[in-house]
Amino acid sequence: MMLKHLLAPRSLLLGAAVLAALAAAPVQAAWEPTRPVTLLIPAGTGGGADQMARFIDGIVKKHNLMKQNLIVVNKAGGAGAEGFLDIKSTPRDPHKIIITLSNLFTTPLATGTPFNWKDLTPVAMLALDQFVLWVNAEAPYKTAQDYLNAVKGGSDRQFKMGGTGSKQEDQIITVALERLTGGKKFTYVPFAGGGAVAVQLVGKHVDSTVNNPIEAVAQWRAGALRPLCLFDGKRSIYTAKVTSDMAWSDIPTCKESGVNVEYQMLRGIFAAGGITKDQTDFYVDLLTKVMQTPDWRTFMEQGAFNQTIMTGAEYRKWVEGAEKLHYDLMKEADFLAKTN
Amino acid sequence: MGGFAVVLNPFNLLLMLIGILLGVIIGVLPGLGGANGVAILLPLTFTMPPTSAIIMLSCIYWGALFGGAITSILFNIPGEPWSVATTFDGHPMAKQGRADEALTAAFTSSFVGALVAVILITFLAPLVAKFALKFGPPEFFAVQFLTFASFIGMGRGSPFKTLASMCLGFALASVGLDTVTGQLRMTFGTAELLTGFKFLTAVIGLFGIGEILASMESGLAFAGTQAKLNMKAVLQTWKKLPQYWATSLRSCLIGCWMGITPGGATPASFMSYGLAKRFSKRGDNFGKGEIEGVIAPETAAHAAGTSALLPMITLGIPGSPTAAVLLGGLLIWGLQPGPLLFIEQKDFVWGLIASMYLGNIAGLVIVLTCVPLFAAILRVPFSAIAPAIMVICAVGAYTINNAMFDVWMMGMFGIIGYVFNKLSYPLPPLVLALVLGDMAESSFRQSMLMSQGDLSIFWANGLVGTIFGLGMILLFWPVIQWVISKALTAKPA
Repeated sequence: MMLKHLLAPRSLLLGAAVLAALAAAPVQAAWEPTRPVTLLIPAGTGGGADQMARFIDGIVKKHNLMKQNLIVVNKAGGAGAEGFLDIKSTPRDPHKIIITLSNLFTTPLATGTPFNWKDLTPVAMLALDQFVLWVNAEAPYKTAQDYLNAVKGGSDRQFKMGGTGSKQEDQIITVALERLTGGKKFTYVPFAGGGAVAVQLVGKHVDSTVNNPIEAVAQWRAGALRPLCLFDGKRSIYTAKVTSDMAWSDIPTCKESGVNVEYQMLRGIFAAGGITKDQTDFYVDLLTKVMQTPDWRTFMEQGAFNQTIMTGAEYRKWVEGAEKLHYDLMKEADFLAKTN
Repeated sequence: MGGFAVVLNPFNLLLMLIGILLGVIIGVLPGLGGANGVAILLPLTFTMPPTSAIIMLSCIYWGALFGGAITSILFNIPGEPWSVATTFDGHPMAKQGRADEALTAAFTSSFVGALVAVILITFLAPLVAKFALKFGPPEFFAVQFLTFASFIGMGRGSPFKTLASMCLGFALASVGLDTVTGQLRMTFGTAELLTGFKFLTAVIGLFGIGEILASMESGLAFAGTQAKLNMKAVLQTWKKLPQYWATSLRSCLIGCWMGITPGGATPASFMSYGLAKRFSKRGDNFGKGEIEGVIAPETAAHAAGTSALLPMITLGIPGSPTAAVLLGGLLIWGLQPGPLLFIEQKDFVWGLIASMYLGNIAGLVIVLTCVPLFAAILRVPFSAIAPAIMVICAVGAYTINNAMFDVWMMGMFGIIGYVFNKLSYPLPPLVLALVLGDMAESSFRQSMLMSQGDLSIFWANGLVGTIFGLGMILLFWPVIQWVISKALTAKPA
């Protein structure tokens, strides 16, 4: 009895699959995964990339977007180098994809790990993650200009900037800000994760942070933190009130506040190097479907993401530009690995 | 009380039981930790209402907390990092045929720890959250210093051997990426060493494999077979437990404190074990199968593991790796962890808290009724079970990072563990340095960055000064004791 019950829907599914395959066959022989697909995360559990990857997994399962399973694996070692080297080591394997953050550029540049994004196949940009300059709500600074003036007027290294990791995006932004502080430096204090950074600011152990929206939003809503400016060219598109009187769109851009610094972080998907056009197309199609779900839109709004989506040549060109930008910023900050 | 109504609907109760059972299994398998288990199951919960989802996932977490003790006691293999300290006395007890007693003590004290932590969360959440905010890098370093200090003098043998063992631990801990400078250290250009040495790989090898090697040498004899196989043992052990109330209370306090700040369950269990040994009348007997040596780390670990959820709910910072994954879950379910969760999502929060009470009670009942079953495993001839343990260890080491390299590492650590035993170098200092070395180094250097290299940051305010002072007192306790006894004997003369 039990067996029969278990088998019946399966054979039905199989039949349906065969029918579907027959129907689709004359049109095009599109590639599809033949075994479970590994989705690598070059970061630890609980962080921004991890949340997004697991969310994608959830959507794919919930809406049945792929016949094979997704297996989400964290390979966080060496600031993500472990994950990148893993996917680099299996070229032409169409069953492995990786979600990236800025460490796609910063890790090889800062540590000299033998890896470059050109070893992979760019699939799609899912979104750009924003950065916001935050201070404690009890601090006297109302605008980014106020704060930078205070840094300018203070003694060197008096102001402490908390951030995630070392020689990565948070510190790069800090260095970019230091161009505008009249030679005064921040004391950059690296922590292990974005959530911890936000709490260190609430506890006043640091003076400011450049947390991603999703990392600090809870503290903002509770009235513990104050956003000063958004490191984007234009304001956020999300106009729904987040706190009692402010929406994401009410945060001025840094440029507006006279602080000319822009930085956004790639949240994108890459596949192993050398996979075929058919295989790339499959993933582009899959991710497009994911991004069309209402769940995804809610997720984007919660994290105040910049919903820029790119694929194909356009995406490749963007990545090239971003690599150049990171190289220049890191060279200026003297973060590049020394090659002996 | 509305929370209990939420939990008590049949669907949620069923999820709770499934969660506990899965959790116990996850806890038993070394390598497959609570964090991994919850992460794997997370996507499955997207179709559930958030409250049911958190009930199931948090029950997996309770289950894993309970389950971690089982293999530690039976086979000297810590299923989870926080049960390492449980092996110190739990396994010797099993060898003496007191596995049932050790298991009962472990489960019961886990439950007590969790209960105290939940009560704390229920009544003092907002207050306690404020306390957690006071912890910056210098405070964290002070706590880690206190943990080390409470552990000095652990080894019965030569203090130099203890020192050597600890230094090796520190050296191993420093391999991999340095968070403060972003540089790779001691990886020798190999990709495998990028991640550094995983604590669990080392522990599975040092304890589990090392133990098997030692047993093989002694002719596959394993004297754990006399354990009684009925529920009487549970009751008999329960009669003994109340006399250790002081240890329990101290461990609860340590656990709650470490969970909230967040220091984590692993340091909590070590600190609690160290202090129990220091303050117990039978301290010299620790490491030879003292029941207090099981009660202390288990109470603290479970109290810490439970109270780790408090900063997650109230502040949005995870107190443990598993809490970090749960935190991601909250966001995916459309809930925002943070100070407003208590106001905006009453049902969710109180449902979660109620599930902490009920989940732990259900967990205790389940694991206690299984005590005879677990103890019976020891009756299987060792020659049959040893290969099975080896396989479980290898699978565990592989699961941590999906890397074959870790399995070889585990073997290496097994040999190190065996050699250390032969030469009577103590293992606990090595393990402690490996788990805390990294964190202590980061917080020390973060503090130094903040103070521009001025050491006075460690007594800059009352909180950090007090913790640091306590650490100093503990560190020099043997000297202080000696001075006091000198002074006392000198007086009459």
